[in-house]
Amino acid sequence: MRREAVTIGIALLVAALAGSLLIAYVGKSPLEVYGLLLRSTWGTSYGFGQVLFKSTPLILTGLSVAVAFKVGLFNIGAEGQLAAGSFVTALCGAALPAALPGPLTVALCVLAGMLAGAALAGLAGVLKTRYGAHEVINTIMLNFIASSVILWAGNAHFFVRYTTHTTAIPDSATLSHLGFTGSAANTSLLLALGLAGAVAYFFNRTRRGFEWRAVGHNPRAAQNAGVRIGGVVIGAMAMSGALSGAVGANYVLGYKGYYESGIGSGVGVMGIAVALLGRNHPAGIVAAALLLGTLSHGGLAVAEQVPKEIVQILQAIIILAVACASAYRARRARLAGAPA
Amino acid sequence: MTELLLSLVSVSFFVQVLRITMPYALAAMGGVVSERAGVVNIALEGILLMGAFGAAVGAYDSGGSVVVAVGYGLATGVGTAGLYALAVVTFQADQIVSGVAINMLAYGITPYLLKVFYNSSSNSPPIQGFGGDLFRNPMFWGVLGLVVVVQVVVTRTRWGLRVRAIGDHPEAAHTLGVSVNAIRWQAVLASGVLAGLGGVWLALSGSSFVAGMSAGRGYIALAAVIMGSWRPVWACAASLLFGFAEAVENNLQTYDLGIPNELIQAFPYVLTMVALAGFIGRSRAPGHLGRPFSAR
Repeated sequence: MRREAVTIGIALLVAALAGSLLIAYVGKSPLEVYGLLLRSTWGTSYGFGQVLFKSTPLILTGLSVAVAFKVGLFNIGAEGQLAAGSFVTALCGAALPAALPGPLTVALCVLAGMLAGAALAGLAGVLKTRYGAHEVINTIMLNFIASSVILWAGNAHFFVRYTTHTTAIPDSATLSHLGFTGSAANTSLLLALGLAGAVAYFFNRTRRGFEWRAVGHNPRAAQNAGVRIGGVVIGAMAMSGALSGAVGANYVLGYKGYYESGIGSGVGVMGIAVALLGRNHPAGIVAAALLLGTLSHGGLAVAEQVPKEIVQILQAIIILAVACASAYRARRARLAGAPA
Repeated sequence: MTELLLSLVSVSFFVQVLRITMPYALAAMGGVVSERAGVVNIALEGILLMGAFGAAVGAYDSGGSVVVAVGYGLATGVGTAGLYALAVVTFQADQIVSGVAINMLAYGITPYLLKVFYNSSSNSPPIQGFGGDLFRNPMFWGVLGLVVVVQVVVTRTRWGLRVRAIGDHPEAAHTLGVSVNAIRWQAVLASGVLAGLGGVWLALSGSSFVAGMSAGRGYIALAAVIMGSWRPVWACAASLLFGFAEAVENNLQTYDLGIPNELIQAFPYVLTMVALAGFIGRSRAPGHLGRPFSAR
């Protein structure tokens, strides 16, 4: 535990230093920019609400990537799965009769979104078990394909004329806000936290979760012990996709009220950073999502000083640094004879 | 319809396919070299993008000199590959995670620098690219030569043998005194040269650098590597297929066949998935692909 904290501390330090160089390169003071970033996020009630709003989908995509990681798979397709999920959530919301009770509509919309995400990721799982095709390339290809298909379906059938968004969902399907002086934070945060708890329970307390972890640690041993690897791969990809598909709850039901082209873009890739930083542990993922959510909202606040892509660059450096530092420390520990 | 079919057998279509294939083939050869040494190279996408960015900056700075553009593109491509090698060979970080991070970095830093250099985060100012005639373009002939060179180096030289050995069985190579990680560094840098050149081609065959212009070509090149069973010439042949797919996609958009444009754009990506599912069982990956090596 302490070793993990040190690893992450080093990684964050490296990222902050690299970021300082980039900020100094455009002639701004790094301290000033970082200060502004902090004040505009944790310094005000609205800013904090926005951090929670930005963190909610990151918890979901972080969990999504982590579930796949735990089973030894890489789901790089959270981007496409959350787009498909949000699109289907919005369509479901607009199609259901407004007279249905609110909670039922919300539940159906979220489930529909999760199913869409699960189907997309599950396809990559099937291709992996059936043909041995690597899920990394396939999930990336599915990102491109999902965005094309959504754009086509939207333009041909579902978008409001001359726009790139769908018709609005009824008020009954809208999630209530959490306050924080008008910020967009909404009750989908509770859904995300609940799912984090559920994922933790599944992996630590259920028999199937144990089997999935066994596949992640040593597939051959798990197979010899009677676990059907193919089923686990497809199941894990589907669960991973379902978690990304739930993102629509935050953007569609909690904020916009409809699906708009490009909604939530970038959040899927960020999920990889969240899962890595959170060490694939649900509590760690929530903490990492808060950190990256802070960066994400803070990036908007400092956009006048430095180009907003600074946030994406910082994330990339964090991922690289965590990956390097944890591999390096694990090897050191192995060489010293301690358990890795 | 007949108009479309006629256009697909014309000389100009053939030229178009060749032109589009270049970045795929260069990146795929880079992938072959690095993966034969045991290093999965998801970072090809980022190297392509950085190479294209470097080339555009070089072309703009020099007022259209292809030589300067190639120099800049090689520098940014090899630099990106160096960062990747530092992570996965020296620090032995996970190759897929690091590759994805490198791509994210490339997708972030190119618009950042565009904004800083040219005050627009979406594209560079217009640059002078290649002229119209493919067969008078020395870089085209250079790349054709490079295909032969890479094939010979990988299959017929001492260095190539070492690369293949450390990809298949690093312990055995290490026991024989081959420095596994030194050769892996060289192989990843070589893939930076090749994919960097692919990026140069991408930038110079257009008229400016556009943010995100690699558009998944690095990933598709990886699929071409697998289809070509990790052999340079065959990976180039597979790239030709993807070049063909993209050219058909372009032409379908010109001749309206009633297929929606949005769906036509997904064609190369769908083809990649189908090709992967169809070819993977028949090609054998290097034995230690994706696994870091440490001597102790």
